Amino acid sequence: MSQVTFRIWRGEGKEGEFKEYKTEITEGMVVLDAVHQIQAESAGDMAVRWNCKAGKCGSCSAEVNGMPKLMCMTRMNTLPQDKPITIEPIKAFPRIKDLVTDVSWNFDVKKRIKKFKPRPPDAPDGTWRMQQEDIDRPQEFRKCIECFLCQDVCHVLRDHHMHESFIGPRFLIYTAALEMHPLDTENRAKDLKDEFGIGLCNITKCCTKVCPENITITDNGIIPLKERVVDEFFDPVNKLLRIFKPNS
Amino acid sequence: MSDFTTHEHDVLVIGAGGAGLRAAIEAAASGVKVGLVCKSLLGKAHTVMAEGGAAAAMGNVDDRDSWKVHFADTMRGGQYLNNPRMAQLHAQEAPERVKELEAWGALFDRTKDGRILQRNFGGHRYPRLAHVGDRTGLEMIRVLQDHGIHQGIDVHMEVTVTKLLLDGGRIAGAFAYDRERGRFRVFKCKAIVIATGGIGRAYEITSNSWEYTGDGQTLAYDAGAELLDMEFVQFHPTGMIWPPSVRGILVTEGVRGEGGVLKNKAGERFMFKDIPENYKNQTADNPEEGWRYTQGDKNARRPPELLTRDHVARCIQREVREGRGSPHGGAFLDIAWIKEKIPGAKEHIKKKLPSMYHQFKQLADIDITETPMEVGPTTHYIMGGVKVDGDTQMSKVPGLFAAGEAAAGLHGANRLGGNSLSDLLVFGKRAGQFAAEFAKKNGNVKVDEAQVSAAAKQALEPFDRQGGENPYTVQQDLQKMMQKLVGIVRQEEEMKQAMGELEKLKARAAKVGAFGNREYNPGWHTALDLRNLLTVSEAITRAAIERKESRGGHFRDDYPNKDAAAAKFNLVIWKGDGGAQQMRREARADIPADLKQIIDDEAKATEVK
Repeated sequence: MSQVTFRIWRGEGKEGEFKEYKTEITEGMVVLDAVHQIQAESAGDMAVRWNCKAGKCGSCSAEVNGMPKLMCMTRMNTLPQDKPITIEPIKAFPRIKDLVTDVSWNFDVKKRIKKFKPRPPDAPDGTWRMQQEDIDRPQEFRKCIECFLCQDVCHVLRDHHMHESFIGPRFLIYTAALEMHPLDTENRAKDLKDEFGIGLCNITKCCTKVCPENITITDNGIIPLKERVVDEFFDPVNKLLRIFKPNS
Repeated sequence: MSDFTTHEHDVLVIGAGGAGLRAAIEAAASGVKVGLVCKSLLGKAHTVMAEGGAAAAMGNVDDRDSWKVHFADTMRGGQYLNNPRMAQLHAQEAPERVKELEAWGALFDRTKDGRILQRNFGGHRYPRLAHVGDRTGLEMIRVLQDHGIHQGIDVHMEVTVTKLLLDGGRIAGAFAYDRERGRFRVFKCKAIVIATGGIGRAYEITSNSWEYTGDGQTLAYDAGAELLDMEFVQFHPTGMIWPPSVRGILVTEGVRGEGGVLKNKAGERFMFKDIPENYKNQTADNPEEGWRYTQGDKNARRPPELLTRDHVARCIQREVREGRGSPHGGAFLDIAWIKEKIPGAKEHIKKKLPSMYHQFKQLADIDITETPMEVGPTTHYIMGGVKVDGDTQMSKVPGLFAAGEAAAGLHGANRLGGNSLSDLLVFGKRAGQFAAEFAKKNGNVKVDEAQVSAAAKQALEPFDRQGGENPYTVQQDLQKMMQKLVGIVRQEEEMKQAMGELEKLKARAAKVGAFGNREYNPGWHTALDLRNLLTVSEAITRAAIERKESRGGHFRDDYPNKDAAAAKFNLVIWKGDGGAQQMRREARADIPADLKQIIDDEAKATEVK
């Protein structure tokens, strides 16, 4: 048992400051436990999102000592406790209050991505047949818990604020999951190129590094999508074909 | 009168877990205007935590399965207090509902011939759970969410409903606040579907998040609906117990489905010691047969670890009480042992149970492919809830529907694992369908300003009590009290004491204060949730005192056996005219002859073995 000092961002909108809190840390505690304890002890109105407390819902994203983390999965014993531990909201989205940010942009982006469109069923009872090995890859992408930590560290969004022209790693792998779904018949390559800004990703792999679900976002998702876009739009043979058969 | 924004919908769905999303999708598909409110962001509801799978008798792995077997399993698991009509509809419609998800993009694990793979689970005679590793709930909520956002549903995220509005006894709308700014919202609508989930936050040790404060049950109760079977709370046998901060977090039954076994500190597989009479014929009597069952041997019977949750939870409790528990007061759940049986066990476990592997590794420094887990019971689910019509899901209040965990009837005294994800699909769809029909058939409603003003005043009260007691303290005291006095093992004296404690807590809750302003203020929200927690806690305790027997999730130390007379009634609770809680025994619905026949046939079929 020991007293640990936390510096937590408190404020509304753009205005705010770090405030110091001290609380007792016991065995096995995670950062979210400490935040809750502080909330119950001395900061009843401190805003924080959380739900499952088991790394499955992706609600409690924050920056702990500058690192994007799920607070529920960050053990206190992985952090140096002799100096204050800093907790602040993620930075790619506007702040609402304390640790809570306005992530509504993400929900709007998802709506713009063309939805799943399956081929006709394979069997008379309206079902399909798929081999496990053919769905392993999209299943990997579907592990995503929408914590938006990948969006937070992507410099296109975080530093360059290009939310208008780039959908971010989360929605690139969302698109990848659809594109690699064995039953899907939709084509999203043009949208990826023109609307979703896939060309803006320059593969620094920061997103992959912070993914709490260990999804290989760049190598398995974004790069194959980039290749698909190149094949479709920049391949010289296809380009010729398009000139002669504009609707193909 | 306070400021508020008004939204108009035909159908308002409260709660955006599986049941709420499915209801909203169905209602929208029938052409009415649908609003969906949820306390969290979309896609974060507790459905996301469901691990094992959705039970549906598709027969992809064992073609002996059929809706009839699923129906009989559900009734047996619920100790025959289930609403038989709901158990029938659920078993019949679940396969269609699961296949529909595939058409919307879900990717379930596959069989060798490319169909949806199904796994074994407690109380299900055949492998029946469609699943995706151990993250089935995430797959389900995501596919419903991703399908739902294209159906023209108005989603209101981070909005909490505090009161239902009535027009001459009929549903007219709901009063709510948005969490972000604390502004008031009035939803005018012709029908409401309650899909708010459970009550887990009434207990100290729970797998439930902050959201599960009995909101829907209380909203319905306040509006004049009845609550049914509230004494039946499910304590899931395997929650994490160490370290203390993770106490209660769920460890999926899928671990046992994949061959995991329960042991006490002496290394004994204690589940073999106590197999209930009505499950004897279908339970393995030796470890070898149990293992073969988990590996798909159709001639083997299931291991006792896969008995129903109520029973397994009590067996663990007994081992602990009699001094044979694990160091931190639970039992050992061992999946690592399967390396004695199959090559590449380590990778196999990681593939089949990835999130369990992850969870233990990260939160407890335990590698489950090497070391047994320490587990113990955790408050998981309430079988009871809003009393609804089995076909339409409408409550006693015209225009008020309920589905999923918030509704009662399907599960009786104990829910089988896997029957929740199928429940929310089947009855979410039905609730949405019939709520839309109701909205189409019935004329306009009027929102009564006096009701809105009263609700606004009530919502702001905590701010008038600057210096009032800390709401978190009252919530914690309530949780500790319920855990201790109305928990997994109950007795008369303790529960009577609990009723007294509840009165004191109510008095304290009426005096809690909120500090700060209305913007995203969890202290204020906690203060408002207290009323709901207290209402459902009282209903649970009241019903638990009245049921003087042990059955399903309800276990009484002072009445440890089942009582045939008590099998004949369900307990119904409602709000009396003076505001005090009322309760009556209601004769259990007769099981129609054709369904009775199915139950008898199934019982015979298992005896032959």
